[in-house]
Amino acid sequence: MTTEYNAVITEFDPIIGLETHIELGTNSKMFCSCSAQFGGEPNTFVCPVCLGMPGSMPVVNRVAVESTIRMGLALNCSIVPWCRFARKNYFYPDMPKNYQISQYDEPLCINGYLDVTVATENGPQVFRVEIERVHMEEDTGKLLHAGGAGRIHGATHSLVDYNRAGIPLIEVVTKPILGTGDLAPEVAKAYVAELRDLMRALGVSDVRMEEGSLRCDVNVSLSRPGEEWGTRTETKNVNSLRSVERAVRTEMIRQADRLRSGERIIQETRHFNEETGDTTSGRSKEQAEDYRYFPEPDLVPIAPSEAWIEELRGTLPEIPSVRRARLQIDWGISDFDMQSLVNAGALDLIVASIDAGVQPAAARKWWTGELTRVANERNCELEELTVSPSDIAEIEGLISAGDLTDKMARSVFEGLLAGEGSVSQIVSQRGLVVVSDDASLIAAITAALADSPDIAEKIQGGKIAAAGSIVGAVMKATQGQADAAKVRTLLLEQLGVKE
Amino acid sequence: MTDTSANGIDQNLVVHLGKLARLELTDVEVEHYTLQLEQILGAIASISEVAAADIPPTSHPIPLENVYREDIAIPGLLHEDFVPGAPSFEDDRFRVPRILGESA
Ligand SMILES: [Zn+2]
Repeated sequence: MTTEYNAVITEFDPIIGLETHIELGTNSKMFCSCSAQFGGEPNTFVCPVCLGMPGSMPVVNRVAVESTIRMGLALNCSIVPWCRFARKNYFYPDMPKNYQISQYDEPLCINGYLDVTVATENGPQVFRVEIERVHMEEDTGKLLHAGGAGRIHGATHSLVDYNRAGIPLIEVVTKPILGTGDLAPEVAKAYVAELRDLMRALGVSDVRMEEGSLRCDVNVSLSRPGEEWGTRTETKNVNSLRSVERAVRTEMIRQADRLRSGERIIQETRHFNEETGDTTSGRSKEQAEDYRYFPEPDLVPIAPSEAWIEELRGTLPEIPSVRRARLQIDWGISDFDMQSLVNAGALDLIVASIDAGVQPAAARKWWTGELTRVANERNCELEELTVSPSDIAEIEGLISAGDLTDKMARSVFEGLLAGEGSVSQIVSQRGLVVVSDDASLIAAITAALADSPDIAEKIQGGKIAAAGSIVGAVMKATQGQADAAKVRTLLLEQLGVKE
Repeated sequence: MTDTSANGIDQNLVVHLGKLARLELTDVEVEHYTLQLEQILGAIASISEVAAADIPPTSHPIPLENVYREDIAIPGLLHEDFVPGAPSFEDDRFRVPRILGESA
């Protein structure tokens, strides 16, 4: 933590708030039957509804409503008995209708909370983040600013792909989060991570952050202790956990600088620069009334019955915090080890590796060791690495079959991280073959013994520890492609020594 | 500029609405629309007078709730179905003028 940041904290209390948009993992879009899958050739998952053709009519996706209710229940919200969609009117070509269907003053879920855990010097600390609302809306199309090297400034025109327009989104809005002090950036990050894990546990979204399926608007304000709340800024479209943490931190430092020099904070939208971590002033926000929200006349109200809500409540899985406690006991590891693997974003990857057949200790070793180191070095999330749980299962399988040594396994990881292809491709491209036929190993052992007759005598004389140098010589002769344990067994057999 | 009418409409508001709708309005048009909107809102106000407190406002003419579609994806349109209707299409995408301003 920088001294600059510490100075902010001694003078000011931060208040943060988060609005998180997450794409639901439904088969079809929110209001039409077009495919909701990611990617696809531009404008191939489109129909009259999501292209905003006159006369086309939206119909609500049942699963999207169910997913939102389940998310609301998991966030300890009340599910309202009756609510409607609203039109948010604005002119921008990311929505061909010239409005986005959202919810405004009648969200489906209200007044919940989510407990998040942050690691501190004094051990894990739990913060209760209160949830204001969870509502449904549709995603917008994707704009490509053309000419001027893709930047919005200097672009000559824009190109629009409507595949994403109409994909169901849920927006989760927190109440102002107070009392986090210097932990504000960590609490913000932990909250978004917990939200992501919850969505995944519920199976309502696989939250592919690298594909932009989770986007966060980060509100920050500062006040001196005992004074009124300060003016807040809203940093838009912060798309990764690390960026959420950085956006809070840099905005706190920027606002403190201004306040100290007697300047005012302007209520505005700011942009987050992923490369520098800075925020810059964006457009001045249109007032809510400028969106001219009104109840969507093409859709009828949503009135979930008690029976439906209870049926959905029955489908809620084990929540992530309970699951973490269970896994920690299963694995027999400390609070600290558990917290650090959670912080590293390794938990689900470890569980997936175990599900794929890897021993728990080996799964933890790979993900929290070498792979976490590489992810930190590259400044990315573990799940963005080109190594999957099934790769680890494959490598571990080869090790236990005696087809790979630990050293070769490292080489395979290197190859995977460098994007050289699949495990089997890398094994053959890199010529990673364990010399396992006894004849060639015995020949190498015989040669090594001939080079050091004194050591052979020592071993036969009972100094078995001396076997190490012969094994080393054999490994060297086979360029590390032999299984050291097997060489040792063969060596002792050859010398007629028993351990 | 006229004073705010009983319905809260004045020329400033019409100019603002024009801006939100991305319409360039002449002074004559602003005056014209201010008058028209006043009349429309006046008509709505007289209906509101009739609506008693026990009549809840509706947003839909038919008293329906919970109309849903099953979550099944079906193939959408082909480019040849809609590209002829687009003013400009380039690299499989709709080409639109450069716009600096707000998004959702
Ligand atoms: Zn569609």
